[in-house]
Amino acid sequence: MNETLTIRTTINGRKRTIDVAVNHTLLDVLRDDIDLTGTKECCVVGECGACTVIVDGRPMNSCLMLAVEIDGKEVTTVEGLELDGELSALQAAFLDESAAQCGFCIPGQLMSATALLAENPDPSVEEVQEGLAGNLCRCAGYEQITKAVLAAAKGVPR
Amino acid sequence: MNPFQYARPATVAEAVALLEEHGPDARLLAGGTDLVIELRNHWVEPKLVIDLKHIPELAPAITQRKGFLSISAGTVMTDIAEDERVQHHLPALVEAAVVVGSVQIRARATMAGNICNGSPAADTAPPLLVYDAVVVVAGPAGTRRVAVNDFIVGPGKTDLQRGELVTAIELPIPDRPYGAAYTRLTRRRGTDLASITLCAGVDAAGAARIAFGSVGPRAFLVEDESGLLGDPGIRIEDKVEPLDKMFELASPSLKSLRASPDYRLAMLRVLGARALETALGRLTKELVG
Repeated sequence: MNETLTIRTTINGRKRTIDVAVNHTLLDVLRDDIDLTGTKECCVVGECGACTVIVDGRPMNSCLMLAVEIDGKEVTTVEGLELDGELSALQAAFLDESAAQCGFCIPGQLMSATALLAENPDPSVEEVQEGLAGNLCRCAGYEQITKAVLAAAKGVPR
Repeated sequence: MNPFQYARPATVAEAVALLEEHGPDARLLAGGTDLVIELRNHWVEPKLVIDLKHIPELAPAITQRKGFLSISAGTVMTDIAEDERVQHHLPALVEAAVVVGSVQIRARATMAGNICNGSPAADTAPPLLVYDAVVVVAGPAGTRRVAVNDFIVGPGKTDLQRGELVTAIELPIPDRPYGAAYTRLTRRRGTDLASITLCAGVDAAGAARIAFGSVGPRAFLVEDESGLLGDPGIRIEDKVEPLDKMFELASPSLKSLRASPDYRLAMLRVLGARALETALGRLTKELVG
């Protein structure tokens, strides 16, 4: 029997009080307990970045956190990027630049890029590459992904 | 992962009491970047996980005290890399902190955890050795301070005894012009464990030291006895012999998949020369102001 703990957290702007198993990761809870399946499970050792979410402003691998650790914290997942049905500028740029091929890594790429642009609104190519170095794309669509992040940064009109 | 109990002590004393009671059945959770993987893979199966992130004394903080910077156990790599005092006084530590894992890992991984995990490839070990860091340990008998060179013991092993945990790492601010540089060898740039970690430090009196890891059971600190390595007037080509001598302790494992022993030994000399040159350049810059 798993021990559970009640935590209070804000996920995508919505305050939630949830009971989580203490031995479940944040990734487990997002996907299996509250149906936020946009966050992807892949390597589960913190190397691929598919499970990246933003916690209190910093991108983190949700596979490497226990869910109890988000108690009192603010979490943004890929579902939280759109506003009132409108894609964020970054999401739109990913579409415009055809940055998604198979698409599996894209939620993680978007979260890392969102955190990068929040901190550094006008990054260089190298800064984008470093900011997304923890997000692997097995389709190797790095060129388009980098282009999309730079386009979003520059506010290229659609 | 297996079920375990989860504890959230509010003070260091409470954490120490839990550790003393449960001994090897308890594991500490700081950044979790190693622990969560170990839990999932059943490499460790503790009965109790002790989350240190609700102890105010361990909360992320870099504090300047008389002659040193104190970095609390909860401080993550990103905090260290972004701190202007660390950048100014201890640039080699920043160089190590910014190459750990990825942005995501650096936002979680603590420096205290990096040292306590006991990996021979820990990026921050060589600069901590070169800068003479001191590990602050709390335990049942109170607080003690251990030189990082004595704290690091071997793969997965530290000087920590039952009931003890690291509360902070103290780094003396060099009291004289000092040049230091960190470099590493990896297969690719992002998210890789190092095949070599290396830090060189030099002062104006010509004293040189090199700390290097990932080529033996632990990171080693070696002082230059030739007096040649720290001399900016001698060309790097003429330092081959004393430089080679610095790496006598290197014994890279045949079992590691990251790089062959021969390759590591060859690259150790290359990285050593490179870091030494950078360190000397930084020292010269400090001297001419």
